[in-house]
Amino acid sequence: MCSAGTLSVLRSDSYVDLSQYRDQHFRGTRRDQERLLRKSCTLYVGNLSFYTTEEQIHELFGKSGDIKKVIMGLDKVKKTACGFCFVEYYARGDAENAMRYINGTRLDDRIIRTDWDAGFKEGRQYGRGRSGGQVRDEYRQDYDAGRGGYGKAVQCQ
Amino acid sequence: MSRRRHSDDSDGQPHKRRRTSEPSEIEERLESLICRVGEKSNSSLESNLEGLAGVLEADLPNYKSKILRILCTVARLLPEKLTVYTTLVGLLNARNYNFGGEFVEAMIRQLKECLKVNMYNQAVHLVRFLSDLVNCHVIAAPSMVAMFENFVSVTQEEDVPQVRCDWYVFAFLSSLPWVGKELYEKKDAEVDRLLSQTESYLKRRQKIHVPMLQVWTADKPHPQEEGPVMPGSHSVERFVIEENLHCIIKSHWKERKTCAAQLLSYPGNNKIPLNYHIVEVIFAELFQLPSPPHIEVMYTTLLIELCKLQPGSLPQVLAQATEMLYMRLDTMNTTCVDRFINWFSHHLSNFQFRWSWEDWSDCLTQDLEKPKPKFVREVLEKCMRLSYHQRIIDIVPASFSVLSPANPVCIYKYGDESNRSLPGYTVALCLTIAIKNKASNDEIFSILKDVPNPNQDDDDDEGFSFNPLKIEVFVQTLLHLAAKSFSHSFSALAKFHEVFKTLAESDEGKLHVLRVVYEVWKNHPQMIAVLVDKMIRTQIVDCAAVANWIFSSELAHDFTRFYIWEILHSTIRKMNKHVLKIHKELEETKARLARQHKRRDSDDDDDDDDRSSDREDGPLEEQIERLQEKVESAQSEQKNLFLVIFQRFIMLLTEHLVRCETGGIDVFTPWYRSCIERLQQIFLQHHQIIQQYMVTLENLLFTAELDHHILAVFQQFCALQA
Repeated sequence: MCSAGTLSVLRSDSYVDLSQYRDQHFRGTRRDQERLLRKSCTLYVGNLSFYTTEEQIHELFGKSGDIKKVIMGLDKVKKTACGFCFVEYYARGDAENAMRYINGTRLDDRIIRTDWDAGFKEGRQYGRGRSGGQVRDEYRQDYDAGRGGYGKAVQCQ
Repeated sequence: MSRRRHSDDSDGQPHKRRRTSEPSEIEERLESLICRVGEKSNSSLESNLEGLAGVLEADLPNYKSKILRILCTVARLLPEKLTVYTTLVGLLNARNYNFGGEFVEAMIRQLKECLKVNMYNQAVHLVRFLSDLVNCHVIAAPSMVAMFENFVSVTQEEDVPQVRCDWYVFAFLSSLPWVGKELYEKKDAEVDRLLSQTESYLKRRQKIHVPMLQVWTADKPHPQEEGPVMPGSHSVERFVIEENLHCIIKSHWKERKTCAAQLLSYPGNNKIPLNYHIVEVIFAELFQLPSPPHIEVMYTTLLIELCKLQPGSLPQVLAQATEMLYMRLDTMNTTCVDRFINWFSHHLSNFQFRWSWEDWSDCLTQDLEKPKPKFVREVLEKCMRLSYHQRIIDIVPASFSVLSPANPVCIYKYGDESNRSLPGYTVALCLTIAIKNKASNDEIFSILKDVPNPNQDDDDDEGFSFNPLKIEVFVQTLLHLAAKSFSHSFSALAKFHEVFKTLAESDEGKLHVLRVVYEVWKNHPQMIAVLVDKMIRTQIVDCAAVANWIFSSELAHDFTRFYIWEILHSTIRKMNKHVLKIHKELEETKARLARQHKRRDSDDDDDDDDRSSDREDGPLEEQIERLQEKVESAQSEQKNLFLVIFQRFIMLLTEHLVRCETGGIDVFTPWYRSCIERLQQIFLQHHQIIQQYMVTLENLLFTAELDHHILAVFQQFCALQA
C-alpha cells in the first residue's frame, strides 16, 4: 500500500511531454516517430545565436547530466552555424532534466527552446530553408543581430 | 437480409445498456475532488471542506476502501496540506465514527509499512498527521501520548544504531508544533517526562559526524541580520514555515512554474516576509550535505521563475542573500562553495552578468588562495564557459583583471620556429603535414619510430616501451591541429585511437598522456575535462591513471581549483556507473536463463533429454560466467580507485602536517582547509560505495598511527553509520 501509489496531481511532468512538432522529413509512421521521441535521449535545441559555440552548449547542457554528443546545426550552403543544434545524453533521465530546467532559460542572452528529437541522422544537421539556413529565418521580418540580421526574404528585397 | 440481434428491440432503437463508469474513473474523480479541495473556488476553504465531507460520506457505502486509500496517500504525499486533510478526516469522523476508526487503523498500518521499507520522511509526515488528528477529535490525547512514549522509549534500547533513536525522537519532536499544546493540557506529567527523557538523550548522543554535514564551520548559526522580522531561527513558527516550504518543493519539483506559484501563495504570506523564507529554504536545499534533495540546476531555474513572478522584490532578496553568503565564505564548506559558484555563475548568465562587482573589491587585496578571491575567480571562469573570454573582461571592473580567467587558447610547444631546437621538433613538423594529408595510423607509427627514447641508451624499436617523447610529440601535435572545437578534438581521438592505445599502454604512458593534455590545454580547463572524459570512455586512460595524475606534482599548482575536483568526481561516477552497468547485464542474463529453464520445464514435461537442454543453456551459462568475471574485475578496479585516492590524500596531508610541525607554522592554511574538505567530500559524495570498504580502510589506510587530523575525517564518516 505504501511504496506503491502516488497521486495524479503529483505525476504531472508537463515539461517532459511531447510537443506538437513532428519532423515532416521523418522516415516512418507518426506512431514510429512518437515511440522514438518517448524514449529518446536526444534534444533539439533552437533559437541559438549563430555565434554560440559547442563549448557553451556543452557547459549549459552538462548541468543536467553527462553529454554523449553535441551536433551543431549548419547552414547547408555556407556550412556555418545557423542557430540550432542537437544534444545527445547517455541517459534519458538527464535529457528529461534538461527539458525541465534548461528549456526556456537563457544561453548567450537568448531564451533557448528544447524539444525531443527522434535521433540524429546524417543530413539532419543542415538547415532546411531555401537559402541554406533554418526555415524560420527565411521569412521573419524582424532584425535579429544574433541570427544574421533580417530574415532572408527581407534581405532579398 | 441481415439478422437483427435480439437486443436490437422491435421498435428499431438499439437497446441501450445501462452505462456504469469504470472503477478507475470513479477513483480518479474522488482523487481529484480530494486533492483539489479549495482550489479555484469562491467559497471559503472551510465551506469547501464541509461540502466535500458530505459528498464523501454519501460515497462511503460504495467506495470506502478507495476513499481510505486516497486519504492515506494524501496524508503521506501532501504534507504541506496537513491541516486541510486532518480537518477533512475530522469532519468525516464526526459524521461517521466508524470510518474515523478505520482510517486511523489504516494509517497505523501504512506507518508500519513505511518504516519497513525505510521511507522515513514519509513516515514522519504520517506521525504528524496522526498528531493533528488529536486536534480534530479523531484520536484521543492519551493515545497519542502513549505512541510517543513508545517512540521515546527507543532511546533506552541498547546496541542500536544512533540513527534509530534519532528518528523516533525527531518524529516526536517535530509533531509537537501541531499537538504539543493539546497533549500538555491533557497529560502534562507524561509530556514533561517525555521531554526530559528527550533532553537527556540529546545531551548524551554522539556528535562526531556533525562536522562532516555542516555547511558552516561556525559553531552557532549566524545572527539575524538587519532586515524584515522573521520568526527566530530556533522558533517553532520558523520550523513549521520551513517544513511546509520544503514539502511544496518536494511535491512540485518537476513543474517549476507550479512550484514557484505554490511557494509564493503559501498561506500567511502577508504576515511573514515570505520571499526571505523561500530564498533561505532553497539555499538550504542547494547546500545540503551530502547532496541536495534534487538536481542542482532545478534550484537555479526555480529561482529564475520566482524572479519572474515577483520582479519587484525577489531579485533584491536574492542579491542580499548572495551578498551574505559571500561575506561568510571563510566558514563555508568547500562542497557548498562549489555549488554556490555553479549557481551564481549560471544565474548571472540569465541576467546579462549584471552584478555590482565593486562591492566585492575587498577580495582583491587578499591572497588568491583565500576563499573570497578564490570564489570570484571560479565564478568568473564559469561565467566565461557560458559566454566567451572578452565578455568577462568587459563585465568586470579593470581592477578585477587579476581574478579574470585566462584566455582559453592552446599552448603548442612546437609551434614557433624559435622552438626548433626542442627534441622531437622535426618529427612534430612531419606529423603535422602527415595528419593534414589524412595519414593513417600506420603511417603515424612509422613517423614516430624516428623519435628517440630519452629513457633509454639504446633504441628499442621492436616493442613500444614507454617513450615520453613520442607521446609528447604525438599528443601535442594532434591536439594542436584539432584545437578548433570539442568535436574536432573528439574526432582526432577517434581517428588515431590505435596510436593512443599503443602509446598509452603502460601506466606511465597513461600518466604522461594526461600530463601532455594538461600542458597543451592548461588555459582551458573545460577542454581538459572533456578530453579526460573521452579518453576514459574510449579506454585510452583508466580511472586510476586520472587519480594519480590529479595528485601528481605537475598538478600541484592547480590542486585547489574547482575543475580538478569536477574531473575527479566525474571519473569516480563513471567508474561507479560502469560497475552498475555490468552488474545489471549479469542480472538480466541470469533472469534470461531462469526464464529459459521455466519455459523448458513447462514445455517438455515428457522430454527427458538432458543433453539438449544443456546445449541450450550452454551459451547463456558461458555468458553468465564471463559477466561474473567482468563484474568482479570491475569491482576490483573500483575499489582500487578509491584506495589510490585515499592513499594519495593521506600522503599529501601527512607531508603538510609534518612540514608544519617541524617548521612550527600553523597547520590551518587555506590549502590545508581545502584539502581536508576535499577528502571529506570523497567520503560523502560516494558513501554508499565506500561503505563496502570499511574493513580495508580501517586496517590498511586509516590506522591508529595516522595523524589525528586525518583520522578524524575517517572517524566522522564511521560515526555517520553508528
